[in-house]
Amino acid sequence: MDRPLQPEDKKRVFHIKNATKTYQMGEVLVHALRGVNLDLYRGELTVLLGASGSGKSTLLNILGGLDAPTEGIVLYGPPDQSIDLSQAKEDELTDYRRFNVGFVFQFYNLIPSLTALENVAVVTEIAESPMTPEDALKLVGLGKRLNHFPAQLSGGEQQRVAIARAIAKNPDVLLCDEPTGALDSKTGIMVLEALQKVNKELGTTTVVITHNAGIAQMADRVIHLTDGQITEIHVNETCLSPQELSW
Amino acid sequence: MRLQALAIAMVIVSGVAIFIMSLSTYESLYETRESYYRDHHFADVFASLKRAPLSVAQRIQEIPGVDKIETRVVTYVNLDVTGYDNPVSGHLISLPSQSKGLLNQIFLSKGRLLESARDDEIILSEEFADAHQLKSGDKLKATINGRSKTLTIVGTALSPEYMYQIAPGAMFPDYKSYGVMWMAREPLASAYDMKGAFNDVALTLTKGANEQDVIDQLDELLKPYGGIGAYARKDQMSNRFLTEDLKQLQNQATIFPIIFFGVAAFLLNVVISRLIALEREQIAVLKAFGYSNIDIGLHYSKLVLMITALGILVGIGFGIWMGKAMSNLYMDIYSFPFMHYLINPAIIASAALVSIIVAILGTLFSVKRAAKLPPAQGMRPEQPAIYKQTLIERLGLQQHFSQPSRMILRHIERRPFKSLLTTLGISMACSIMMVGGFQEGAINEMIDVQYNMTQREDFMAIYAEPTSQRSLYSLESVQGIEQAEGFRYVNARVIFEHRSYRTSVTGVEPNSELMRLLDNDLKKISLPKEGIIITDYLAELLHIKIGDMLTIEVLEGHRPTLQVPVVGTAKQYIGLNVYIQRETLNHLLKEGDVISGAYLKVDEIYQQQAYRELKNMPRIVGVVEQESAIAGFYETMDNTILFFTFITTLLGASIAFGVIYNSLRIALSERNRELASLRVLGLKRSEVAYILLGEQALLTLIAIPIGFVIGIGICGYLAMKFNNDLYRVPLVLEADVYALAALTVILSSIISATMIWRNLAHLDMVAVLKAKE
Repeated sequence: MDRPLQPEDKKRVFHIKNATKTYQMGEVLVHALRGVNLDLYRGELTVLLGASGSGKSTLLNILGGLDAPTEGIVLYGPPDQSIDLSQAKEDELTDYRRFNVGFVFQFYNLIPSLTALENVAVVTEIAESPMTPEDALKLVGLGKRLNHFPAQLSGGEQQRVAIARAIAKNPDVLLCDEPTGALDSKTGIMVLEALQKVNKELGTTTVVITHNAGIAQMADRVIHLTDGQITEIHVNETCLSPQELSW
Repeated sequence: MRLQALAIAMVIVSGVAIFIMSLSTYESLYETRESYYRDHHFADVFASLKRAPLSVAQRIQEIPGVDKIETRVVTYVNLDVTGYDNPVSGHLISLPSQSKGLLNQIFLSKGRLLESARDDEIILSEEFADAHQLKSGDKLKATINGRSKTLTIVGTALSPEYMYQIAPGAMFPDYKSYGVMWMAREPLASAYDMKGAFNDVALTLTKGANEQDVIDQLDELLKPYGGIGAYARKDQMSNRFLTEDLKQLQNQATIFPIIFFGVAAFLLNVVISRLIALEREQIAVLKAFGYSNIDIGLHYSKLVLMITALGILVGIGFGIWMGKAMSNLYMDIYSFPFMHYLINPAIIASAALVSIIVAILGTLFSVKRAAKLPPAQGMRPEQPAIYKQTLIERLGLQQHFSQPSRMILRHIERRPFKSLLTTLGISMACSIMMVGGFQEGAINEMIDVQYNMTQREDFMAIYAEPTSQRSLYSLESVQGIEQAEGFRYVNARVIFEHRSYRTSVTGVEPNSELMRLLDNDLKKISLPKEGIIITDYLAELLHIKIGDMLTIEVLEGHRPTLQVPVVGTAKQYIGLNVYIQRETLNHLLKEGDVISGAYLKVDEIYQQQAYRELKNMPRIVGVVEQESAIAGFYETMDNTILFFTFITTLLGASIAFGVIYNSLRIALSERNRELASLRVLGLKRSEVAYILLGEQALLTLIAIPIGFVIGIGICGYLAMKFNNDLYRVPLVLEADVYALAALTVILSSIISATMIWRNLAHLDMVAVLKAKE
């Protein structure tokens, strides 16, 4: 495998400082994040690991511009030209997601009325410098199923279409929420291979949420979250390929 | 759900309200008319004649089947109302002194009855008095038998005989230019040389009498006295018009509620189906806990019935309110002295029953399916929707569509039936509004064809007796009269095979400019020397074709029976007439060169002056002017038309909003996840809205022209139903009718879309990351 990223290579993509998130759930005040500090770097594949309720999804939502922290700052971009996602307006967040972020959902969330190719095209049509939908699908190994509708594809195939859709716009950041959560191990590995390929070949900063500790071994860095706090950051000296993962 | 339920309830409200309004108004009018007729002894048979001694009355009384009879003196007079310069005419009817009459009793609304000896007292019809703001004590002038006489109003009254007061030859009531008034018999009789005589008779029949036998015998009896044919109550003009209006109400009571209930059933069906789809899991859980199919079925039935009950209750309230308003409108139009607004419990019960049946039919299938759902199956998510490429795309046109546009098209094509019903629902909204506007266009066209294209005279002067054609010279010498054309007019019965119709024959100049006959394309047709041209609808009624011989029984003079070939038909929307060349008619009647009156073209500047001169000419009994009559008619019609337009716009908007808002809400609920996912992927709110609202907009745009076609169909059907010998209603829909209908539909969709736009701001993007389908 490639060598781990050296400090001098690191270009900061996210700078999170003292992010907290609380929300009211009925009569209970839930502390989803309690003062998280974290930097994420260009080209890095990061796995967020934690039990359910640990705050990993909240963190991912904040990184994706879907949610804002109650307190703290979330800067996106290099230090000299960063934007603060915690203060951005709805339109700015939409533009941020539109041009900078690729999302992969646990349940694929493909548009059932569009074919694989069209599901990708829906994003490339509005992106600034996208690859062609065909190329994106070839990249995830689906060059031959371009004109299938979601109902005609298996779960793994659907998730790979979702990855193609996420990467086709050439995003800076790829955010994946339990991408293998709904898949069996064999299909899961195929999906992870696609993710790793994109990360390595395109250098896309990738954040993957999982509660499957096995997956952590393919990451550059593994961030453990417990009760809304980062409890451990582990840097993998060598990253395993998905084939080598113990599921 | 609350707003959706309200939107459905609103459609049910409309259906129930219009059902109750139409039927209760119909019943109220019907019953009020019956009791008015009964209380005021409205006659069963009427006859006019030239002059008969009172002894003839005794012989009429002896006709088997005759109960009560009343003889009268009735004349047509020119009037002069101070401050009103246009022609005014009226019927002067004799009334026994100190009495309301034996038959056709008047309802004295103000003032007192007539005194026997006074020859200058009259009771005025209330509508005429109101139109000119005349009251007891005021005076007006009438030309009685060629002499101008000042009359004092002692009271105002209504009469069952003149509920619809229409001047001879006019199409609609105009209270400013025509009025009915009553004068004591003795002075009226002596003014017209009718002492000990009469020229009009009304009678009632004994129970079980044969009306036609009585009429035939009466005709026979009155023949020597210049009888022009007796007729039954059903043919009495005022009663005829009222009956036709009642018929229209009945039509309304069927056609509108059918549309509303149909739409309500569809809406309930889509909303309940969606609700059940959303609550699939809960249903399964409840069933797993042991709830029976019936319990589940009842749960949803209760919801449906609650919405329906709300619609019924509010609909009843609105229906009664609108029924009262409508009855009052008719009370004014028809001058009822009172209105017993009746609301028959059976009408309310049937409105409620029909609504409930419709609601049950609309939702039966969905509720049954929900109740039958096996618990285990219910807990699994529903199968993902299967889509395919649309027909348009398979034709190779897909490169022209963006992905969101493809989503719209495929979504419509995946559920064509639902899309079709949604479209039809919106179309119905559009068509209902056209029905509201259609009357106005029809009336405009009727007036245009009848008074601008056919009868082109400014004034029509009517002589008391047929007069020499030479009298036209004295008319032409009046300043301002540019053209005078004489006409001969006789009452007649026309017969073909076993069918007959009582009308008149008008003899006109062959190339008359002031009385033009028109063909179907509204082109002028000329009247040949031999033969007659008849109104197209009369030809239909008699089943007579061009070339057939029509039998004409003249009801005046020597009463000859003529056989004349039909040489053509003329397009006319008002009345049924027979036209012949005047000279030919003179010849057939074996009379000299005589005319009954003249069509006059008058310079506008001199009209008032010419009118004053004309009405002082002794031979002239009446001068009719159409233009001010039309203007007056429009004034009275405006309120009615406004009321109808208001009601139908309200109804149309309620359907449009009900259908569009509900389909948008359901679409939003069904596609919530898809749209939120697209928002996560970076689509803007407007881009996501395009997918949702674009589909609706497309359906709405398709629905509008379909609605126009359905609207034309409904209006055409109603117009056909309205057709009768008094008038035919042309199907003319003016541009503003289409515009208002389309605009209301579009506005309803914009309002619905705005409400949905707000919901789109709250799409939960975080939830879709986790939520399963």
